[in-house]
Amino acid sequence: MSVVLDFERPAAEIRTKLDATEKQYAANPTPELDAQRIDLRRDFANRTQAIYRALSPWQTVQVARHPLRPQTMDYAIGMCTDFVEFHGDRVFGDDRAIVGGPARIDGRPVMLVGQHRGRETRERVERNFGSPHPEGYRKAHRLFELAEKFAMPVVTLMDTPGASPGLGDEERGQGWALAANLATLATLRVPVVCVVIGEGNSGGALAIGVGDRFLMLEHSIFSVASPEAAASIVWKDAKFAPQAADALKLTAPDLLRLKLIDRIVSEPVGGAHADPSAMIATLRSTVAGEIARLETVPADRLVSDRYEKYRRLGSWFESSRPATPVGSV
Amino acid sequence: MRNLFRRALPKVAGDAGQEAVPDLWVRCGRCREMLYAREWAEASKVCPKCGFHARLTIGDRVALLLDPNSWQELDADLRPTDPLGFAPAGRPSYAEKLATESLDSGQSEAAAYGRGTLDGLPVSLAILDMGYFAGTLGSVVGEKIARAFELGIAERRAVIVVSASGGARQQEGVVALIQMAKTAAAAQAFGADRLPFISILTDPTLGGVTASFATLGDCIIAEPGAVIGFAGPRIIEQTTGEKLPPGAQTAEFQLRHGMVDQVVARRDQKAMIARLIRLFSYSTHPAQDSTAPASTPHGEPRVVATAGVQ
Repeated sequence: MSVVLDFERPAAEIRTKLDATEKQYAANPTPELDAQRIDLRRDFANRTQAIYRALSPWQTVQVARHPLRPQTMDYAIGMCTDFVEFHGDRVFGDDRAIVGGPARIDGRPVMLVGQHRGRETRERVERNFGSPHPEGYRKAHRLFELAEKFAMPVVTLMDTPGASPGLGDEERGQGWALAANLATLATLRVPVVCVVIGEGNSGGALAIGVGDRFLMLEHSIFSVASPEAAASIVWKDAKFAPQAADALKLTAPDLLRLKLIDRIVSEPVGGAHADPSAMIATLRSTVAGEIARLETVPADRLVSDRYEKYRRLGSWFESSRPATPVGSV
Repeated sequence: MRNLFRRALPKVAGDAGQEAVPDLWVRCGRCREMLYAREWAEASKVCPKCGFHARLTIGDRVALLLDPNSWQELDADLRPTDPLGFAPAGRPSYAEKLATESLDSGQSEAAAYGRGTLDGLPVSLAILDMGYFAGTLGSVVGEKIARAFELGIAERRAVIVVSASGGARQQEGVVALIQMAKTAAAAQAFGADRLPFISILTDPTLGGVTASFATLGDCIIAEPGAVIGFAGPRIIEQTTGEKLPPGAQTAEFQLRHGMVDQVVARRDQKAMIARLIRLFSYSTHPAQDSTAPASTPHGEPRVVATAGVQ
């Protein structure tokens, strides 16, 4: 499968030429063809880099949603060893939009929890396009508590358009499930490292995204709502999603500048989908480093630092106190 | 469903030939009955005919729940900023919206908090108000909620939060989203001190407020007929194509589905909250419990609801 986004086309055209030249060179290795293919390789890399360095917020949304972008299960298999997927919330059912279970990263046991959107149509439907039901959040809650019991750091991978908004979700207490996770994560006595790997929208992302360190992949997005949902609130029309993406400051560089996230994880040139295994290797070493550092902090300190971090977040004027910063980190 | 969102507007008496006396009569937002304004206000804006609970202001809530002259609002000087520089193409900027909201509502933000007494019990009370920016959760609301919990910890007060909100304030983006984590963390810290948190859900309580502090109460009380849920009815219908059955997402729906402990009409809320705080404070504040009136009935769990609730 090959997917070319609109704005990738100039690079894709070079790529087509490059592939043809490579094929010719393989059949007939002349010095001219060799020089040509080397030039084309350089052109392709330069063009891709130029495109990705200047992505607009809306283009970033499309990269974050790219069908070939690595997803949680790809990281579970590629980044970890010994991953055992745990199913079910022990009350209602097993939600396929959230996957999780114990695994090792660089040998260290961790609890991995993430949203998984799926790729083929059937899988995407089965996983509700990555929109978890309440039972998914309750499964995550169960895994967070297991992690605390067995002193395992928690690693969460966010990739969701948002929590599922159906009648059944309302009947089973979607809001209640999300709130319980926020409260539990806020005081969990083990390190929690959260990473937005694709799209991290609304309370549905945040409910597995409260922790000691909050990371974003370079071309992922993190937002109060999907651009479409924000557009239908602000413009009363979802087709203004590109404009909403501009206004929401949902890209990793914008959020780092606002001090709302801790760190950006670089993606391979051309995005995570251009080289999934390189992306997975980068995230593995990044997360392992974060965990190693957090493990030196005593649990009481970890929890009080985490509380302080969230407690300080916000921005307001107050006549009796000095102006407050937006972020804390 | 629409009717639930319509405010009871002051109306002129309708009979032909009668002198028009504005503000003397109000029309019920649900059954359209003409009501004598003073009686309606004395009934805490609950329709005597159909039991419809019209929306209350922060002042109305204080009068309903706290002992007279006990309310001390704190940090009323908190003002919103525009952390993202939110300027949506072709729409009013956040800065402009804030200016018009203040003019229209005469308020500076969508929440107030402070200390007071409820039936003699010291409480920290926070109230959200739909009248300003649809009660949305932004930095100022989040900060006030967090401070209400911290006041509770510092002064050993029970915390009561009355919610009414459309959800997270889009114009503050991730800054608003993170207020959910901040307020949930504050509720959790408060809970660790074994002080009671009573959450009152009123019409409407939706989105990021439902998905954070509002549903973390030790006891969750809902007002009759209030719309309570995560996704609003419009979002559900747009996203799933499902048509919501009548009465979906009401307080009574949430009671049936096990999401709230009690549906309590306004006139009974103060007594119910006092009873709960005393029940929860027996081990930590036995003196408070002894102040409970001897006549307090220790009844079975029950729905306290007014007539005419769907």
